[in-house]
Amino acid sequence: MTLGTGNLRIRTLAEAHSPLTQFEIKRWVPIEIGNLDVSFTNSSTFMVLTVISVSVFLVLGMRHHALVPGRWQSMAELSYLFIANLVKDTVGSEGRPYFPFIFTVFMFVLFGNLFGMLPYGFTFTSHIIVTFTMAVVVFLGVTLIALIKHRLHFFKFFMPPGVPLVMAPLLVPIEIISYLSRPISLSVRLFANMLAGHTLLKVFAGFVVTLGLFGAFPLVFVIALTALEIVIAFLQAFVFTILTCLYLNDALHLH
Amino acid sequence: MTEERPDHELERLDARLKEARAKVQAKNPVDGPETQTPGSTLGLAFRIGVELVSALAIGLGIGWLLDSWLDTRPWLMVVFIFLGGAAGILNVYRMARGFVYAVGYTKEKKPGDHDTGDRESKDKDVG
Repeated sequence: MTLGTGNLRIRTLAEAHSPLTQFEIKRWVPIEIGNLDVSFTNSSTFMVLTVISVSVFLVLGMRHHALVPGRWQSMAELSYLFIANLVKDTVGSEGRPYFPFIFTVFMFVLFGNLFGMLPYGFTFTSHIIVTFTMAVVVFLGVTLIALIKHRLHFFKFFMPPGVPLVMAPLLVPIEIISYLSRPISLSVRLFANMLAGHTLLKVFAGFVVTLGLFGAFPLVFVIALTALEIVIAFLQAFVFTILTCLYLNDALHLH
Repeated sequence: MTEERPDHELERLDARLKEARAKVQAKNPVDGPETQTPGSTLGLAFRIGVELVSALAIGLGIGWLLDSWLDTRPWLMVVFIFLGGAAGILNVYRMARGFVYAVGYTKEKKPGDHDTGDRESKDKDVG
């Protein structure tokens, strides 16, 4: 009898603590328009939270306009400068008009990643649909910019210079596929890093409980892993941003 | 005499500033491949996998769509899987050579395009 309930308890515990339950989408305010499910979910909540906290961080951080910035203001200024320099270095002065977009992307991804590090937080960047949508927006925007700027010259992009015309039927589809694979590799990189990192954290955190006294070893590992995850949160936001910049650079300076 | 001293000092400060600026300027363009962060090899390996598979997936998708449009199942899909694989290899090759993000990018520098030359070094330290 006790064994049975014990088994049951372990099973429900295991189910409730599956390393993948943290990625579950929960409808908090079910909304349906026609057949479209546009419920307000935990994912949307954290996106809204991210937008609000980024705005608070930047707007309130700069409210004093102090010449000698305090800690908060200098953090806001640092993040601004960091992206401004990144855009300047990778795209050049032509990239200035696109800076607001790139800065927004960076802050959104960064704060989204960091919100995932909070206990009971939800990492919306660990969902491929979220990162893929962002990547597609970047990709379409960059392609449109290139088309507007270079018009039909854009399509010369797909024919490497100095290649005999006979090879064109083979090379052009390959180049087009290579170009179209950009949003996928852009989104998969962010999503997979977040998914893998958070799953790993949860798995090792599970070991801490089940190993009892020996749980101290995985506990140390989990602490190290948490630090690593915070680094990855920054790194992946940076990678997403720098790739956006590089794609933009390609679009502005066709070869 | 006493008024000359601050001037002199300012000049020396100016010279030192110029020197420091030149040092920073000189350092920035060369810090390409050397600044690769340690531990980014895993990221690099991961990137290679992603590049390879994403191109293959796109090839597969294009082939499948064309097939269902032209009713030629399964031939175009077969063709496009191979093209996708080739595009994946091309992606990886470009990445390994350090100019992945530009399709059709050639290493020779034309006078028209500025700051594309040092981009190849910058690409490398992206995890």
